[in-house]
Amino acid sequence: MSFASCDPRAAWLMRLGDTTLVLGHRMTEWLSRAPTLEEDIALANLGLDLIGQTRLFYTRACELEGGARDETDLAYRRAEPDYRNPLLVEQPNGNFADTMARHLIFAGFATPLYQRLAASCDAETAGIATRSARETTYHLRHAGEWMIRLGDGTDESHERAQAALDDLWPYVPELFEADDLDRAVAASGFGVDPSTLRDDFDAAVDDVLARARLAKPAEPRGQRGGKAGRHSEHLGHILAELQYLQRAYPDARW
Amino acid sequence: MVSQAPVDPVADRARAQRARLQAARAAAARVTDPEVPVLGIDDLGILHDVAIDEAGTVTVTILPTYSGCPAMGAIALGIEAELARDGFPEARVKLTNTPAWSTERMSEAAREKLRACGISPPERASGKRALFSPSPDVVCPRCGSPDTERVSEFGSTACKAHWRCRACREPFDHFKCI
Ligand SMILES: [Zn+2]
Repeated sequence: MSFASCDPRAAWLMRLGDTTLVLGHRMTEWLSRAPTLEEDIALANLGLDLIGQTRLFYTRACELEGGARDETDLAYRRAEPDYRNPLLVEQPNGNFADTMARHLIFAGFATPLYQRLAASCDAETAGIATRSARETTYHLRHAGEWMIRLGDGTDESHERAQAALDDLWPYVPELFEADDLDRAVAASGFGVDPSTLRDDFDAAVDDVLARARLAKPAEPRGQRGGKAGRHSEHLGHILAELQYLQRAYPDARW
Repeated sequence: MVSQAPVDPVADRARAQRARLQAARAAAARVTDPEVPVLGIDDLGILHDVAIDEAGTVTVTILPTYSGCPAMGAIALGIEAELARDGFPEARVKLTNTPAWSTERMSEAAREKLRACGISPPERASGKRALFSPSPDVVCPRCGSPDTERVSEFGSTACKAHWRCRACREPFDHFKCI
């Protein structure tokens, strides 16, 4: 079985699905450990939205490449280099500020991405993106409100929120760098060139940071590689847990 | 009066087919949302299309709601069960993302049913609100007061947020607007 898809539309949707699956899995790591009961439920729901989006992206990708694989194959039967998510989403949860800063960056990127993808020439993809954009708008509000509360809170919470942003900012540039695949699907009217999303991202994030009295980190050269299958150490640990059941009991059903 | 209508097998078959389609649609419409049992899938705008082919096989098309909503599987099973009960054992359920479901698709009757069971219905104009603008007017479904506050953007299910009323002090669910 070949793991990379030769249909660029499918390969590109898989990348979106990899991104939401890995981040959705990170969210599930918070279950029973969030600062409050309400937040525990909130983080679980953020994860649920992301894993739901994953299933839709994967399923459409499999249809477009001809139906030889399904969502289960993509999630559970591929190795690290086959995953094409940007490095940001595999970064560890850290403290609560780290998770909220990561989510602010993700939602600030994904929301305009999905909003534009809602005009995809593929009606099914457009429909998925339309709904997903409304969900990540909700995520952006939630993460933004928390960043404002933390940044404009106590000295300690401000310090942690600023440190979280500083630590994660090196993962921002990769989100907006277009590669050949991005350019190909954008040119055909199927997908979106991520380099066109930066202004929307900056507008949303700048607004939050100003209200939060947090400083926007200087743009570093950045860490990249995930979109090409070169990952940080963290992804292997995520997949070891995520894929354990399928690896130990292949084709298990329940 | 007995009229001697000429026998027209084509028209007869078309009539029978229409009747079966109506019966299939009625069966599908009996299915409710397992997480909000007062609402039928028709009220919610989830039941998109019911079709019947020449061989009599029924296909029900539904629109998934929130991306991660675990109720979709139960709804699909429910449709198959209701159709089987009414004589359509071969019915198929298809999910489509085109058109995209939104809370705008909920009927006015659905909103009324939600209020009656203590859930405040979604406001209109999904997603039009500015990111950090004040929360929209959410009215307490118990006492009708607009003096309410959000406890959490997220609640007991994927489709609900958690609110409370400052007038009667009761907590309540608000159906998220997407
Ligand atoms: Zn009240």
